[in-house]
Formats: sequence, structure tokens, C-alpha cells
Amino acid sequence: MTAEMLRFTVDGIEVEAVSGQSILEACDIAGIYIPRLCYHPDLEPGGNCRVCTCNVNGRNVAACITPAAHGMRVENDTKLLTDDRRSVIEMLFVEGEHPCPYCVASGDCELQALGYRLALKAPLQPYRWPRREIDATHPDITLDHDRCILCSRCIRASRMEDGKTIFGFDGRGITMTLNVDAQGGLGETQMAAIDKAAHVCPVACIVINRNSYRVPNGRRRFDTMMIGSDIEARRKP
Amino acid sequence: MTTDDSAAVEAIVNEFAADRSRLLDIVEAVQRRSGYVSDEAVQAIAMGLQIHAVEVEDMISFYAFFDRHPRGRIRIRLSKTPVSFITGANDVARAFEAALGINIGETSADAGFTLQWTSDIGMADQEPAALVNGIVLTKIKPDDVPAIVAALRQHDDLALARHAIANAVVRPSLVQAGPLLTGPFDHGAGLRYALALAPDQVIEAITASKLRGRGGAGFPTGTKWRLTRKSKGQEHYVACNADEGEPGTFKDRVLLSDFADLVFDGMTIAGYALGARHGLVYLRGEYAYLWEALQAVLKTRRALGLLGSNICGHAGFDFDIRIQLGAGAYICGEESSMIESLEGKRGAPRDRPPFPTERGYLQQPTAVDNVETYVCAARILEKGAAWFQGYGTAASSGTKLMSVSGDCARPGVYEVPFGITVNELLDLVVAADAAYVQVSGPSGQSVAPKDFGRRIAYEDLSTGGSTMVFGPQRDVLGIALQFAEFFVDESCGWCVPCRVGTTLLRQGMQKIVAGRATLADVTETEALANTVMRMSRCGLGQSAPNPILTTMRSFPELYEARLQPGAFAPRVTLQEALAEAVEVQGRQPVAEEV
Repeated sequence: MTAEMLRFTVDGIEVEAVSGQSILEACDIAGIYIPRLCYHPDLEPGGNCRVCTCNVNGRNVAACITPAAHGMRVENDTKLLTDDRRSVIEMLFVEGEHPCPYCVASGDCELQALGYRLALKAPLQPYRWPRREIDATHPDITLDHDRCILCSRCIRASRMEDGKTIFGFDGRGITMTLNVDAQGGLGETQMAAIDKAAHVCPVACIVINRNSYRVPNGRRRFDTMMIGSDIEARRKP
Repeated sequence: MTTDDSAAVEAIVNEFAADRSRLLDIVEAVQRRSGYVSDEAVQAIAMGLQIHAVEVEDMISFYAFFDRHPRGRIRIRLSKTPVSFITGANDVARAFEAALGINIGETSADAGFTLQWTSDIGMADQEPAALVNGIVLTKIKPDDVPAIVAALRQHDDLALARHAIANAVVRPSLVQAGPLLTGPFDHGAGLRYALALAPDQVIEAITASKLRGRGGAGFPTGTKWRLTRKSKGQEHYVACNADEGEPGTFKDRVLLSDFADLVFDGMTIAGYALGARHGLVYLRGEYAYLWEALQAVLKTRRALGLLGSNICGHAGFDFDIRIQLGAGAYICGEESSMIESLEGKRGAPRDRPPFPTERGYLQQPTAVDNVETYVCAARILEKGAAWFQGYGTAASSGTKLMSVSGDCARPGVYEVPFGITVNELLDLVVAADAAYVQVSGPSGQSVAPKDFGRRIAYEDLSTGGSTMVFGPQRDVLGIALQFAEFFVDESCGWCVPCRVGTTLLRQGMQKIVAGRATLADVTETEALANTVMRMSRCGLGQSAPNPILTTMRSFPELYEARLQPGAFAPRVTLQEALAEAVEVQGRQPVAEEV
């Protein structure tokens, strides 16, 4: 163990981390999957979805933004946390509109995949049926606000990776929506289909046109493997 | 927008040195000038600050007091709280609707008036109250409304209208002063004692007094100051949280109105102790009417050498205070949201660590303390830690300012020693038949008579001071529903459990209050409330379920009384579900034949 290495436990399993790593990053390397939604490995963490919430030394914190510290005791795979995470996923399903059977992202959608992984059945909470408009002003990209889960990935990607700041939030609370940097919609912005921001959406809010069925249903990422199983495959026995 | 307007916006941007962190002030100035912030103004601001329009909109759209579309020249915002409702706010609203010819939420055709509800404006002891642009109206009776509207119509200058309106007065709220707020007061007395000590000794004195944060969380102030002083940074900042947004509290308003010198004294002491040169007061937008008076106090202090360079002749101690006006967002009372707002951004909380003591305002070490905490600090330096510890309990030293409102004969601010029981407090305010007390506002606890022997103290009923008293005639669950609605209005939206969860909790409570819930629904609502509490990012979401969870514990019989038998009852009746179809078709559904 070098000087900057530190050790902590996750559900009793010892994990090594480098100082500065988040709990989630350290666990990813160690092959322990912590469910997450707004986190993206190429982006600064946002802390929006709270799905990666773990119990650390008795306190709930989001694993994506909490630095690993030596000796911390992390609970991840417990019934209580799984129930709470499922409840958060259910909230997203009833907040927006997510008709998986005919959604272009079906099988490639992290929200849907987490629903399966966390064994979400039909939501018990009432649907909100929001009225949100589709932004089809861009020739190569469609913005389907019905699907947006306000994870801020595109906001972060556009600002930090693309240097464009195409996206922002509008409003607050339950009326909050995704906003673009032009009154006339996405088509009036500098957004390009090759931008990082166009490729980080976990659902089918930002959709690249003429591209959606290259991979047919049934053969997509999460049709063939459970979300997180790639991370778990790294685990050394 | 004419070139004139563009030039005006440009001038405003330049007035704030095109500083991105002053975006809130810039937008506030534009809003004050034009009544709203147009698309063109957004573009002009963005260009002036060299940022994107979407960033400007991101900030503006967050705050209730900013508008992106023209509204009435006169904005009437009626305070919406359980206390305003029991004092007749609904009748006042109807009277305004009648006098203006518009409904709540609407703007009159001549664009003269907009009428709307707003969250608690800090006048719980003199409700029904309203904000009319920057003017506060209190104790409004429906009969007063025609005269109010006539005065507003008659005078283009609101300052003149104000003199013509009898309700345009904020009454003194301090009913009982204790050791903290009983004079004599000497400008800068505490500060002079502090300057005779080394900064570390000042922190030791605060630590020895066992002073804890008066906002409600109760973090030891001495520890916070020590951590902030220890943190390395280019600058250290002293921030005063005057975003008193918890419904039912108004004691900081009293301190800012009548004891501003003590507040600034405490901040200056903190500045000395932490090695800070800059103090910031985050004043909630609802208290904008205090702006001039507070600036006057600051000016006097500068003239007396209590602010500025070489304060009190102490070579090298430079400190000054800026007041940042908020714009209608309860969440900005959460310290990290407040810091975001101070930086000119939407008031979304930050994840911690890092804590503000390490990286706060502009990523520099910042001590954020409540208005009352600074007043305590000033008096502790003046009178000594032992004096302060002579009041209260072992774990909660000193006195606490309680804002009491609702069904009691003498609402107002009471300075009481920590350890006082709810019963004793109810005796003071003359509320013999209290049936339910909401301690520490919606984010606090619902307390039933069986618990009135409990004590106001960090170790028992911890509170920021809000105390709403309700008599036996009030609907406890209806009030819990109003609190649930408050959190829907005030959730910042950043994280899912709070953004969506507060809305789902409101729906759950609506079903319960309407008498349509089964036991399964109540269990489901309770489980959801616990999830929101455990999973939310900041204190708002973590405490938003409190009114529901604590009324379930304190008043289980009230829930039972409204239950439907059976396993399932629909949220809406068949009649309601079909209402739209009935209206479209112009006929009732045909009853199913048996």
C-alpha cells in the first residue's frame, strides 16, 4: 500500500482507493456496482438523481460525489437502499413519460435498465402526465422533453466537454425543464450531432436522427446484459 | 426592446463591473426598471457578462420574484400560510379579486395589477399580510381592500400610495426581551472587547460560551469559526443568513429592524476572528423594505470607524459588509444554496464535503451563521461566556428568540431561556386551548398536547424559533397538506427524491384529507415520506416529509378517522374522472344496467 492508497469496506468487502477518488469510482474499479443514473464516467458528477446513495458510517450520501476516505464503512447492497433506489426510479417514471414498449431507446435506456435491475413493477404512484413539447428544430437531433429526467448530463457535457453551454435548466421544482441556449430551439444553437452532449443522454430525450434503429430491439446493450454486470465482471474472486 | 433599453441594461451591467457573481443584482435592477426581464434584456446581460443566455435564464427562472414576461405594474403577493388562512387570507383574496376584477394568478387587462399568492413573508404575527411591490401590508381585513386598491390606483408613485394605506405598516413584534435584547446598547461594545483579544481568543470565548447556531441546526459556532479560520484561502468570508424563510418565523426581521447594530457587530467580530475582510448579508427578497434602514446603519458604522479600514483604530483590521438581496426562494436559507445565490446563480444546494468552512463563497473559506447567532456572539464578547452560559441548559446555553403566531392572544417574538417547555411558552403567549403546535416551522415537528411538557432545546425540541399554535377548531391534517404544498412550491428541483417526491407526497396527503385513502394508501405515503427523507440531497428534501411523518406520530387518530375501509379506493371519483367528457358531450353517462 503506497502513501496515497486508502482502504474502506463496502458491505464488508475491502476496497482500495486512491485519494481523490469518489466512492463510486473506487467501487467501479473494484468491480462493485453501485446503481447510478446521472453519473457518467466522462463527466464531473452532478449529484442529481441520488440513485447511487449509499450509507456511509450511518449517513446517507451520494457515492458519485463523496470522496473515498480511509476506514469508511459503506453499505450499498441492502434491502433498504434497494427499496429507496427503486422508489426514486419509480418517481422518474411517473414524472415524465416513459412508454418503454415504443420508445426509441428501449433496450438502450439506463432508466429502463435500472427499472429491471431494481425489479420495479408497474408504478404505484400516479402519473403526472406533463405537457412538454418536442423540439424538432435541429436537422440532426430531436429533443423529446417528455423523456427528460433532468439528470444534467447534457448540461455538464456541453459546458465542460464541448465548451458550448447549449443546455441549462429552466424554472424550479416540479416545473423545472431542460432549456436550450436559443429562443428558437435547438436548431438555432451551435449544437452538432458529434458533440459529447448529444451522446450522454441516459434516456431518449436527446436522440440523433436517422440512427435509432441501427441496432434492432432485442440486440441492444441492456437487452443482452443487465446494467452494471460489466462492472461486476471486473471483480476478482 | 428599444436601443434605449439596451443601453440601460448595459449601464446596469457596468454598474456591477460586469461581474458574473453579481448577476442576481443585475437582474433585480433590470426587473425593477422594466417590471420583467425580456428576451432582449437576457441577451444584453449575457453579452455584457460574456456568458450564455441559457445561463442567465437558468438563474432568472429559479426565483419567484423575477419575471420573464410582463406582469402588472403593481404586484400584490398575498402571504399563503396556515396562519394567514386562519386569520382570513382567503376572504382577503376574494376581496382583492372583486376590487381588481381578476382572479388570483391573473394580471388585469390594463396591466395595472397582478394578484398572486406567495410563500410566508415573515409577518405571521400580523397576518393576513401582503407584499405590494416593495411595500408590506399587514392585518388586512376584507373591508380594507377597496381603500387599498383605490390608493394604489390613485397614486402612480407607490411611496405616496403607501402613506394613503393604513395597512402599510409593520408593527413592532418584540413582546418579551430577555438578557440578549435588553439594553443598554453601546455601538460596537462587543467589538471593542474582541479587538482587545487575539483572534484565537475570540474564538475561544465563543467556544467557551457553547453558542450553537440559531437557525435550527445547532452546529457549535466556535467550532465553525475555528474550522473557517484554519482553512487556507485567498480570502475568508463572513456570511449572515438573513433569508428567514421558514414559515412562521420573523425573529430575524425584528433583529434586523431594531438590533441591526448588534447583528453587524457580531459579523465584524467574526471578521476579526476569522481574518476576513468581507461580510455578506443575504437578505430575503421579502424583507427588501428593510434595505434603506440597513444601509443607513452600515453608513453610520462606517462613519464611527466600526467598519472600513483600521477598525476602532486597530491597525490592519479592515472589514466591510455588503447586503445581497434575495428574490423569493426558501431554499436559499440552506447555507450552500445561499452561497450559490450570493454568487449570482440559481439557489441549488451543493453537495458536501467540501463544507463552506473550507470552500464556500467563491470557493473560499466561509462562515455562514444565522442573524441571531451574530447577535449572541456580539453580546458574548461584551458580557462574557459565563454570563451567556448562565441561561439555558447544559447542552443549549443562552436564550432563544421564539416567533409565536396562530391561535394565541399575544403573538410575537419572545426571548426565552433554552429549556422552557411548550406549556410554559403557551402560557406566555396566552394560548390555553392549544391543540396542536408546529415547532420550527414545516421542516420541524408537529407536537400534540401530550408532548407539551417537552422542552425547547437542541437536546429535545430543536428549533429555529418558528412556533405556530393551533386551537382545537383547526384541521391538523389540512394544515399538514398546506405544508406539503409549501415544499412543492419551494423544492429547488435539483434532485429527484425532493423534486418528484414532494409532489407525490402532496397527492398522497390530498387523498388522505379528502377521506379517500385506505390504510394501504397511508402506509404507502408514509413509506414514500421516509424515502424522500433518506434520499434527498439537502435539508429541504430531508425535512419536507416532517409535517406528514410527525402528524402521523402525534395524531394517529386523525388519520384513522379519515380512512376508507377496504384494500383500494380510487384517488378520484368516477364523476370527477368523467367531468371533462360530460362537459364536452353535454350529457351525463348512461348508468350501467343491472
